[in-house]
This record gives sequence, structure tokens and C-alpha cells, in this order.
Amino acid sequence: MKNRWNLLWILLAAALIAGCAKKAEPAAVAAKAEPYKVAFVYIGPPGDLGWTHEHDQGRKAVEAEFGDKVKTVYIENVPEGPDATRIIRQYAQEGYDMIFATSFGYMDPMVEVAKEFPKVKFEHCSGYKTSENMSTYFGRIYQPRYLSGIVAGKMTKSNIIGYAAAFPIPEVVRGINAFTLGVRSVNPKAQVRVVWTNTWYDPVKEREAAVALLDAGADIIAQHQDTVEPQKAAKERGKLSIGYDSDMRAFVGDTVLTSPVWNWGAYYKDTIGKAMAGTWATHQYWEGLKAGVVRLADMSPLVPQDVKDLVKAAEQKILDGTWDVFYGPIKDQTGAVKVAAGAKMTDGEMLSFDWFVEGVVGKVK
Amino acid sequence: MSILIEKRKNISRPAQVLVPAASFLASLVLTGVLLLAFGADPFATYRAMFRGAFGSGRAFTETLVKAIPLILTGLGVALAFKLRFWNIGAEGQLTLAGVAASWVAIFWGRWMPSFLLLPAVILVGCLAGAAWAGIPALLKTRLKVDETLVTLMLNYVAILFSEFLYYGPWRDPKGYGFPGTEPFPEAAWMPRIAGRAHLGLVFGLVLALILWFVINRTRWGFELKIIGASPQAARYQGIAVERNVVLAILLSGALCGLAGVGEVTGISRRLQQGLSLGYGYTAIIVAWMAQLNPLAVPFVAVLMAALLVGGDQVQMMMGLPASMGILMQGMILFPLLAGSLFTEYRIRRTGRHAAADAGGAE
Repeated sequence: MKNRWNLLWILLAAALIAGCAKKAEPAAVAAKAEPYKVAFVYIGPPGDLGWTHEHDQGRKAVEAEFGDKVKTVYIENVPEGPDATRIIRQYAQEGYDMIFATSFGYMDPMVEVAKEFPKVKFEHCSGYKTSENMSTYFGRIYQPRYLSGIVAGKMTKSNIIGYAAAFPIPEVVRGINAFTLGVRSVNPKAQVRVVWTNTWYDPVKEREAAVALLDAGADIIAQHQDTVEPQKAAKERGKLSIGYDSDMRAFVGDTVLTSPVWNWGAYYKDTIGKAMAGTWATHQYWEGLKAGVVRLADMSPLVPQDVKDLVKAAEQKILDGTWDVFYGPIKDQTGAVKVAAGAKMTDGEMLSFDWFVEGVVGKVK
Repeated sequence: MSILIEKRKNISRPAQVLVPAASFLASLVLTGVLLLAFGADPFATYRAMFRGAFGSGRAFTETLVKAIPLILTGLGVALAFKLRFWNIGAEGQLTLAGVAASWVAIFWGRWMPSFLLLPAVILVGCLAGAAWAGIPALLKTRLKVDETLVTLMLNYVAILFSEFLYYGPWRDPKGYGFPGTEPFPEAAWMPRIAGRAHLGLVFGLVLALILWFVINRTRWGFELKIIGASPQAARYQGIAVERNVVLAILLSGALCGLAGVGEVTGISRRLQQGLSLGYGYTAIIVAWMAQLNPLAVPFVAVLMAALLVGGDQVQMMMGLPASMGILMQGMILFPLLAGSLFTEYRIRRTGRHAAADAGGAE
């Protein structure tokens, strides 16, 4: 008997919301000088002090550069999957001119929405699918990762270096390989042990992975995650670490020897500037140390001068263009030569990396 | 003087409308204060939420996309709760059905005639959901094992099993190592009606009508109601309590399973992370707010979906932190649920009676 009335009150409640919302509608009419509207979709919160933090620094750099001419917004903690499609579509629907999605799993959702909104410009970080109005962008973070590997290879005493890694996708595999090549270039006895967390952003899992690696005898923890938790876990055990994304030494302390870091501001200012000027065209941006989109953070005072000199020398070779990380000879885990001496890997090969170099302990599943 | 709270014998009809309406207004005001404290304009925020959920045809279809799994799991949970069978395993039933549906879609598609594929996907998915709910139903009726714990624990089993599959043997060989199965063949796609809203919506609405009819207009429904009210009384009347409970819970699991089928075949079209974003748990709120009435479930589900979709607007357009959206959802739901205290219970001031037997009040 009483249930019959439920419908009525629910309808009433719905009508109430409708009423409130309608009244205020005229205020939504836009002002005259419309700023260029840019939206960012984040996998974690800017407070992660890592991956998303760095993208948000880039967003702020854009605001500082263009002032009133641009309006930026962002949404954090968007899961990779169907919800991402809705979020990206809503921004496009709401009249945003340009949308950046900063995680690999946003690729297919963005492709889907980009088809529906040909006038909106879409940029996807770290993927490989493009279209007329959708670009990709990433940086050759493997270059500073190699340099950080030199530091780790020189500083390890147990010759076991732990690596907390997100997903076994080419981006992460490439980073592990570059790091390991750096380690082994100065310390052929050292091994790099990999633990997969299967998440980009999960402070608890990231910490657990680091702890497992420390338990396995690692005395330095490197990582490909979004937060500083692996670095904190290492510090609590009195061990060293190599950060990632941001200069994690600033957040954790000098036990973080150095970090390969992003400088997204440089890229964001450039591409948004082009979009505002009408010269934007679809592209696949993948630059490195030379362009300044990636770099190695300043080293901790715990790193001796001779190690710093080694890093400097390697960095110079990359900057000069005389040598790069994936130049042969490179062996895989079984010892078989995958890249012959004198040969070098192509971008295509690097973008589809699915094997580990010699010295990595772990499996690309 | 003390206060006595007692259950009302007759609930007045105006109260049933006015109290929830007043609660809703109260929640808007409360949330508004919170928004002001964060330096946000409450009206602009509500407007953004409303626009995000209902502001355009496309926005509304996205609200429906979220409402579909909530309708189906809401119906499943409401049916179980009517029998006082605390099925909090909708999440697991949804997930396992999604896994079973993916299995059929990917592997049967290779030999099955394409027009049969989608029906097979739906059927097997629902059966998987039913089977997953059948385990706690049998354990409860045969061995008196508490169903709350079993249904909850089976959620984790189902979710971890699905992860094992799309991280492991079912991972798309062309997916560059990213977890998720290959995309389903087109023959296994649930047809979309508008935007991304798919045929699951029609299933949900029709099933709500059927379920209401079965419960209120059939002998079996009458028996279920008696079982829900008092299993002892039902037994005295010669009703096969155990058999009926198992049957009803199988149906409940199948409904939740259909939600999972809709998610994988209508939305993601592959098995991947984020199959269920907590729909199975939100379904419990939906079922209670609908007071277990199948006809009210679709409306409540749309309202909940609007709250979820609109909540994202809070950060997308207003620049408030993500936690603010979740906080607002809680602030809006809480007074609505609390309001039922005033419709179903009466609060009396009394000088002599002790309030010892008062229950459910704060």
C-alpha cells in the first residue's frame, strides 16, 4: 500500500532539482572575450607528487604563460575504461577546444570521442593511435632513466636493485631496459628485479611492491609508478632509491639519489600556443633530453663526484647525438644478441618493446 | 521527560511525499553551506550538476548508461531483500556474468552463427550470475550458513578471477601488454538505443514491470512475501520455503548478471578493468531507497546515476577536488535515508515511559 507513493515523491524530488536548475540558467551565457578552453583528464590526483603532479605543473605553466587568453580545468582520479569515455565526451560537449588525456588506458576512449567531435583537438599522452584531430605526445624518458641507472649501478652494494613497475606495456618495459642498461654499463654483476603492481596509481600497492623488493635483498628501489610511496618505503628501511616523474628528493629526502623527471610545461605551452594560433596539426611528439621535455634531476649529496662525472659524460653523448641508449650490442635475458653491435633500435621497435635486456630478473607477462 | 520512538501503524500519504521532499531540500541547503565553505557558488554547482546529468540529450543518455546496471542490480537486490536474504553479492554476480559473457563472445563467436551469438552471450551471462548467487542460497538453505558473509566474499573471488583472466590467458595479444581481452566481435554487441545507452535499458524497465507483477499479482509472489515476513508462518501454510528461496535468489543473481552482460557487451565491448564501478554496492542503496518496490527502482536508479554523473561535474567544471563530489553524494543521500525515520516512526515526548525500547534512532 505505502509503496505506491514512492514514485510520487521521487518524481517530486526530480522536479525540484529541475526547477532549481532552470531558474539559474541565464547566468550561463558566455562573456564576450571567450578564452581558449583546455581540459586535462588525470589518472590520479595532482597531490600524488609524481606523474599527475608533473602534468598539473605543466597545466599551471600554460596558465602562467597565456593568462586570460586560456582557461584550463582538470578532473582527477578518472578510471581507465568506460567512465573515461563519458568524461572526455562531456568536456567536448561543454565546448572545450582542446582536451589532454594523460594515461595510456584513455587511448581507446579518446579515439571514440575524437571521431564524434572533429572540431575539438585531442591529445593523448603515451599511446600510439592518432587521427585527423587526435595527436599523441610522450618523451624519451628512457634517456634520463639510463643515466639514473648509472647512479644505481655505482651505488648498490648488494648488487640487487628493485624496480616497482606499473604495467608490462612497451612504455614501462622500455624504461626498465634503459635503466638496466645504465646499471650494467658500470656494474655488470648487478641485477634489476621487477615487481608488477598492475596499477599506475595505488599508494598501498606501490609501497607493498617496494617492501617485497627490499625483502628480496634490494638496496636501491627504482620505480615506474605515480607516487613517492616506493621511495618512502626504501627510506624507512634505511635504503636508497631512484625516483621518477618529479624530483622526488624534494619530497622524500637525500636517500633519493636522483630522478628522471618530466617537464611537460615546455610541451603544453608549445602545442596549446599552436592550437590558439591555428597552426596545430595532428602529430606524434616524442622528444628527449635535447628538447628539454625530460631531464635528470639534480643528484643527492650522497652521490660521489666520480659518479656524477660518469653521468655527465653519458648525457653529453646523447645530447651530441653521437650515441643513444638502444644502440647495439644489446642482449636479451637469455644472452642472445637482439641488437647487433653497430646497429640501433628504430622508434617502432622501441614502441613495441616486449622483451627484457640481460640483467633484468622478471617476466614480461 | 524522555523521548519515545515508535513505529507508525499508518503512514499518512502526505507525509510520504512531504518528508522526502523536505529531506531533499535540507540536503541541498546543507551541501550548499559546505560548498560555500569551499568558496564555491552553490547555485552554479547545482546547475553544473544538473547540466551534466540532464542538460542535453547526450548528457541524459550518459546518465542512463550508469542507470542501466543500477536498475538491474537494484531489482536483483530488492528481490533478495524482500525475502530477507541479504544478498550483498550483486557486485560479484555482475562480474562473473561479465566473465561468462566475455567467454561466449570471444570463443563461441568463432563457430557460432552470428545471429545466435548475442542471445547465447546473454543467456550464459545470466546463468553465471544465477549460479554465483545459487552458492550462498544453497549454503543458507541446506547448511544455515550466513549469506551476508558468503555473498560478500564471493565478490572478491569473482573480481580476482576476472582479473586473472584479462591479465593472463585472455589478454589481448595485440594489446601491447595492456590488461584487457581482445574486442568482442560485432555480433556480440548489445545494440545501442541512444548515445551509449543500450538495450539493457529496455530489459531493465520490462523486468521491473514483470517483477512487480510477479511479486504483487501471482501466487508465487504471495508466497515469497509470506516467507519474507515469517518463514515459520510460511512453513505452517505448507509453502516450500527452501525451494522458493533458492529459486528467488537464482533469479536475483540472474538480474545482477544481466547488468554485467550489459556492461561488457553494451559499453566496453571487451573484458577489462573497471567492469563494475561499485554498481553492485550502489544497488543496495537503490533497493532501499526504492523501499524494495520494483516499480520505484528505475526512478531511484536514474536519480542515483544522475548524482554520480553530476558529481563528476563538480570537479570537471567547478574545479573542486574529486572528494568533494563524493562528499556531496553522501550529503544528499543521508538526509533522504534519515527522512524515512520520520515517515515510518513517530517521535513522542513522554514523561513516564522509558525510551529503552526505542530503536534505530540517533
